[in-house]
Amino acid sequence: MSPIVRRLCQLSILLILPFMAGCDLVVMSPSGDIAQQQADLIVVSTVLMLLIIVPVLFLTLYFAWHYRHSNTKAKYDPEWHHSTRLEVVIWSAPLAIIIALGAITWISTHKLDPFRPLDRIDAERTIPEGTKPLEVEVVALDWKWLFFYPEYGVATVNEMAAPVDRPITFKITSSSVMNSFYVPALAGMIYAMPGMETKLHAVINKEGVFDGLSSNYSGPGFSHMRFKFHSLNEQGFDGWIAQVKQNGTALNRDAYLKLEKPSEKEPVRYYATVEDGLYRAILNVCATPGKMCMDEMMHIDMMGGAGLESHENRDRLKYDGGPIDINLRGHGEEHSAVEPAAGSQSTKNMPAEGMSHGNHSMQGTDMAKGDASEAPKTN
Amino acid sequence: MFSNPDLLKFIFGRLTLESIPYHEPILVATFAAVALGGIALCAFITYMKWWGPLWNDWITSIDHKKIGIMYIILAIVMLLRGFSDAIMMRIQQAIAFNGSEGYLPPHHYDQVFTAHGVIMIFFVAMPFVTGFMNYVVPLQIGARDVSFPFLNNFSFWMTTAGAIIVMISLFVGEFARTGWLAYPPLSGVEYSPGVGVDYYIWGLQVAGVGTTLSGINLIATIVKMRAPGMSFMKMPVFTWTSLCTNILIVATFPILTATLVLLSLDRYVGTNFFTNDLGGNPMMYINLIWIWGHPEVYILILPAFGIFSEVVATFSGKRLFGYASMVYATCAIMILSYLVWLHHFFTMGSGASVNAFFGITTMIISIPTGAKIFNWLFTIYRGRVRYEVPMLWTIGFMVTFVIGGMTGVMLAVPPADFVLHNSLFLIAHFHNVIIGGVLFGLMAGVTYWYPKAFGYKLDPFWGKMSFWFWFIGFYFAFMPLYVLGLMGITRRMSQFDDPSLQIWFVIAAIGAGMIAIGILSFIIQLVVSYIKREELKDETGDPWHGRTLEWSTSSPPPEYNFAFTPVVHDHDSWYDMKNRGYARPLQGFKPIHMPKNTGTGAILAALNIALAFGLIWYMWWLVVVSFVAIIAVAIGHTFNYKRDFYIPAETVSAEEAKRTELLAKQV
Repeated sequence: MSPIVRRLCQLSILLILPFMAGCDLVVMSPSGDIAQQQADLIVVSTVLMLLIIVPVLFLTLYFAWHYRHSNTKAKYDPEWHHSTRLEVVIWSAPLAIIIALGAITWISTHKLDPFRPLDRIDAERTIPEGTKPLEVEVVALDWKWLFFYPEYGVATVNEMAAPVDRPITFKITSSSVMNSFYVPALAGMIYAMPGMETKLHAVINKEGVFDGLSSNYSGPGFSHMRFKFHSLNEQGFDGWIAQVKQNGTALNRDAYLKLEKPSEKEPVRYYATVEDGLYRAILNVCATPGKMCMDEMMHIDMMGGAGLESHENRDRLKYDGGPIDINLRGHGEEHSAVEPAAGSQSTKNMPAEGMSHGNHSMQGTDMAKGDASEAPKTN
Repeated sequence: MFSNPDLLKFIFGRLTLESIPYHEPILVATFAAVALGGIALCAFITYMKWWGPLWNDWITSIDHKKIGIMYIILAIVMLLRGFSDAIMMRIQQAIAFNGSEGYLPPHHYDQVFTAHGVIMIFFVAMPFVTGFMNYVVPLQIGARDVSFPFLNNFSFWMTTAGAIIVMISLFVGEFARTGWLAYPPLSGVEYSPGVGVDYYIWGLQVAGVGTTLSGINLIATIVKMRAPGMSFMKMPVFTWTSLCTNILIVATFPILTATLVLLSLDRYVGTNFFTNDLGGNPMMYINLIWIWGHPEVYILILPAFGIFSEVVATFSGKRLFGYASMVYATCAIMILSYLVWLHHFFTMGSGASVNAFFGITTMIISIPTGAKIFNWLFTIYRGRVRYEVPMLWTIGFMVTFVIGGMTGVMLAVPPADFVLHNSLFLIAHFHNVIIGGVLFGLMAGVTYWYPKAFGYKLDPFWGKMSFWFWFIGFYFAFMPLYVLGLMGITRRMSQFDDPSLQIWFVIAAIGAGMIAIGILSFIIQLVVSYIKREELKDETGDPWHGRTLEWSTSSPPPEYNFAFTPVVHDHDSWYDMKNRGYARPLQGFKPIHMPKNTGTGAILAALNIALAFGLIWYMWWLVVVSFVAIIAVAIGHTFNYKRDFYIPAETVSAEEAKRTELLAKQV
């Protein structure tokens, strides 16, 4: 199916080519096998639907012209309003198309499920025995991307690389709000969500530098939440890893907590070493010292909950808590009346260091929360 | 005393002088224009001594026709606001290249796209559709008003109140910067601590009350108030689609209300339904909001389908092809629309079987929709098509909508959606169906029913101008977005790096400019037609050779719609009556029992604005005062026993005699 499809795809692109001089339809001609199959699916579904759309468009225009008021030669039958035979056709024709498309959908959705490990490198090649996929752990931060390479013990910001034709397993999460991880040339997107992990299996088949981005709006820095995806050959990739190791600094919790603060247009950064378990901590929203990891909470819940003692865990489960936000337009001062109650609580779990990033509007606060709930009582 | 910060805080909550965006030149200019326009309007009304009539004949009116017209005026006013947002976005995206930040910084741009979505869906499309249902349904079923006339007035003012709350955010504070569905955690208090999301929540909550009540009202009207002989399977198709739409409204708007209540609890009292903290789950919000959100799309499109059905049959001079299958298709769409919500977030990772299920249910909706397209097609077949303006919109719709339907099915294939979701391809798709479907339908409806409402037709030249500019402008504005989507460009971006994209955004901006001319032509059309109203006058009440009951009465219809309740024998009852030589009764008129106007709806809505404003700015005294006032006024209204009156038989016969005279002139 695939070569024909590709030919069709090329053909359809040829048709509109004059209008598209110099534009790169990366979604339709990607460089990774998964994205290629997704593009093929777009073409197949379009062709299937054109089977019915084209006749409808043609008939609309033809009928509209032929049965115009001035054309008295056309047959006029004001009482004709039913024909069982036609009704059968107009219901069954779309039905037939949808049955075909539905079957394709069921199969392709399972085959191209991002959580499913790959079974081929591209249409012609299967995965050689013993190939270990490249594992990349992705964290969407406000507003930059952090990539961990657990196999190599390195991490990078706003740049990633992968060797050609080696399957890649992405594990994706987010530190604060929802984002979506998308490298159009490689494979479709998947949401990055805090406290949760999504997966994506993909492979890149051509060398080159491709765009990666967040495709789910996440706040003011969203437009610049982009990175370059370098597709390299074996040596090139080894060289890239070596370069990261050589030029990189250390990524420990402190460095991460500084990095995590909202910032825009971050430059590329390399980390030669990564603190053990950092990704796991980020995924479980407990990178900040003193917070309870989500998996620990889930374990407690699974064991039947912690009963009355669980209220002691409350503060450790407030992940978005932070310092006072001065962008709340003088909030902190105005609401000084509430400070003792809310303030003492929030200082108790305030991390000792690394959280002194006062003035970013995106970073909410325990204070703000205290205000919202306490203000009515104080008034 | 004003130096006391505690007192200031008590009075103004978190509203301070800095909340007024006087440092933003765009907003200051807008405010100046709005203020001057408002003052001029007030002065004009005062000069013309229209305040009395405005209050007595319109604001307090419970006549479904006047309420319908007011809904549509609200929609057109809000269309201007929503479209200004669209133009601002198109200009920003056309110039923000090569390191230029454009003229809108992200914090402003993000409000603009959120406001555009919210306003266009909730305060343009919804009131437009509700306005038509209000105006046309009682006339089509031969009723004198809706089931609950006061509720109707209250619903309208609540919708307007919601619109006003959203408009206030333009000049006092800010609007949400979250996208039109305000996904948490971004919309939570941690990441959106300002008043923007609160404006969003309370604007929608107040308007939602109006929408839900109006849905209940219209269902009751359609089920209980049809003229004798009009069985369900003899109802006009527009009434059928209205029935299905209102069932959808009643079934889904409470979900929206509940979801927003949960979000406001998170924001106001520190619960953790959708937060990252303490086991909250933002995915739940996304599911809930789309369980409302997808049926919402059909709430908008079904009445548009109904309008096209009426227009096609009338202007083809032929009965609608396949009435029964049209009805079944409408009902099938209504039910299926509940089973597809997950297709809005295939990329959240629900697993292959769940995604495939929702992908296939989505595709199944295209079957009844396809059947509808064929039915319209075969209505034209063997017809004699008069190309009046409503018919142009209809043909434009049929051509445009099938393209939108096709791209919609492409998006319904989950693996294809993984590369198209959240891209400009998606934006192009839903504007393709909302503009090419809903908006074209509403414009067809305006031209079609205008002579019924005002007694004169709209000027066809400016109508054609409006149609062609909208139609061609749409293609210029949105076809480039399909291309950009296939180039991997995401929605909601305010700046771009790749200069090769710019040309497409420039073309799209030109398209938006053409649509602006289309809107302008429509406004010119209203003015020109008013000036030429003598020339365009319709004295028959049936200017298009209509087929349904609304054309059997005069244009504009008398307050009581029908002097005698019509008796229905067949579909297209008016066409049937004309064919059988129906004679208008000329005597034997009786006094007509009618509901009485009341100002309670407008007062309650005004109090609701105060309540919402208090909640948004944490002015708790205002919240308490306005809440108590709302309860008091509502209870007070139950003691109002002067709710109805009789139009004397003499008035009715005088009114009908005038019509007899006019009709006699025609022959």
